[in-house]
Amino acid sequence: MPDESWPVVRTVGVDRILVSFGASLSERANRAALALRAAIETQAWPGVTETTTSLVSACVVFDPLELPHAKLEAQLWTLIGQRDWFSAVLPEGRRRWNVPTVYGTELAPQLDEAAQVAGLTRSEAVASLSEKPVRVQTIGFSPGMPYLGHLPEVWDIPRQQDLSPTVPAGALVVAVRQLVLFSVTTPTGWRHVGQTALQLFQPQADPPFVLRPGDEARFTPVDRDTFESLQADPMGGATYEVI
Amino acid sequence: MGTMQITRIGPGASLQDLGRPGWLAQGLSRGGAADRLAVYEGAALLGQSAALAALELPGAGGVFVFEQDTRVALTGAPMDASVGGRSMAWNASHLVPSGAPLTLGAIRAGVYGYLHGGGGFDAPPSLGGRAAQFTAGLGTALQAGDRVRLGADGAATTGYALDVTPRFNGGTVRVVSSLQTSMYGAETVNRFAKTIFTRDTRANRMGVRLNSDGEGFLVEGGLSVLSEVITPGDIQVTGDGAPYVLMSECQTTGGYPRIATVLPADLPRVAQTPLGAKVCFEFVTLDEAVDIERRVQTARSTLALGLTPLIRDPHDISDLLSYQLISGVVAGDEDT
Repeated sequence: MPDESWPVVRTVGVDRILVSFGASLSERANRAALALRAAIETQAWPGVTETTTSLVSACVVFDPLELPHAKLEAQLWTLIGQRDWFSAVLPEGRRRWNVPTVYGTELAPQLDEAAQVAGLTRSEAVASLSEKPVRVQTIGFSPGMPYLGHLPEVWDIPRQQDLSPTVPAGALVVAVRQLVLFSVTTPTGWRHVGQTALQLFQPQADPPFVLRPGDEARFTPVDRDTFESLQADPMGGATYEVI
Repeated sequence: MGTMQITRIGPGASLQDLGRPGWLAQGLSRGGAADRLAVYEGAALLGQSAALAALELPGAGGVFVFEQDTRVALTGAPMDASVGGRSMAWNASHLVPSGAPLTLGAIRAGVYGYLHGGGGFDAPPSLGGRAAQFTAGLGTALQAGDRVRLGADGAATTGYALDVTPRFNGGTVRVVSSLQTSMYGAETVNRFAKTIFTRDTRANRMGVRLNSDGEGFLVEGGLSVLSEVITPGDIQVTGDGAPYVLMSECQTTGGYPRIATVLPADLPRVAQTPLGAKVCFEFVTLDEAVDIERRVQTARSTLALGLTPLIRDPHDISDLLSYQLISGVVAGDEDT
């Protein structure tokens, strides 16, 4: 259903403007954000230093001394009016990844807790997380790190009150109907349900970032021995096909 | 070209520059020096580009020996500094003779001291920058025994001091409303603006936690908001209600709500607020924030105009080098 109240244009801090296509995650809002960001990039407006996307928003980083807020907002509204961004298609050249994943065990100690919060048994939880591919909705938080979704409704679980002090790179974590696969060791409020050996950020490689928005990924269950055998491979046994 | 040998160094010291813009869409934040102003001050003191890398020293200095006469500048959190046993002025440039140990000791105020070398410290750039970014696995903390190369030094002046913006003991930090400020409601935002915060022990290049008496700044539904873009300066409130000011090395997106955003101009003050020092926040409008940013950028680009000679009449001094070193005793406390 078209919704006349979106997108909304808001500032973030002093030097960013955000165009958001929804208050909650939807596939159409995500596609709209990716398409608008691509369109802003092609405009090459003077004063714009960088663009990025979040789940449902395109973000413009700019120098407000060169490009006043009001002027950039006007330019954005003109661009927004040129088409129906909600009907945008996904980027070209998308890939579907298969990522070997250990669920639970001491490698991913919050599987049982997450399943309980979602109201599932452990095996139901693993099946629900691994049966279908999820899509990379955006890359962010840390280098190369994907937000993936949508998971089934039962996974609309909140983050933890307290941050887990640290989870390792390759950790698969869950909250709010999304998965995140960490590229670096980090504290997090999301629950750690799986562990992969995939290094999403390889600074010396070209390209240094493995995943792109629009890619799909299926986190296929493997046993501990298989996981250990994949540790030496920076790709952690992950493979892809172009879709 | 030259080399610096690190004899002793505190934990967490690293090469820093102005960071790596351009990678936000891939999730890599700009990073760079915790106190960006200190990088510009060092560049002005040495008459060189602010794009060159400096040594960032969090909380503690070290002992450094150059294998050739080297111009250095000292900026950021003032430390006790001496070379060959003779005191040196902070916020000043000096010539350090080959082989003479440069000792940077206890911090007198602030958090991050900076040692700049003529030609800049060199390291293989990655993704367009030399700054260590620990959370991304880029670069490493420097250790005793490490040798750091310097680039070619294209200038020769030393013996200048700079009167810097005081920012080393907390104070008032200006903020703008941001996209989630309205979630909190006027009452909570007003209470936030009236609260005097104390800097917590938890503070690093990613974020600085602030404590306050009384209830925290939790917001209904705050643990289930959609992850959205983050900018350095965002004041994020995690589950226990305490605000964290997100700093240079912060994540690029995040799901905890943010109550306001610190102006880029005031982030050096946040970075340099020492443990236990007081901080309060003052809301300004977006227009005021842009005006402030304009003034600060102008001031930053004209820093060199504020250089003053460390010695009154260098032409009268036959042994310029030794006099420079001795004269440093008289200055250096102006920030505290």
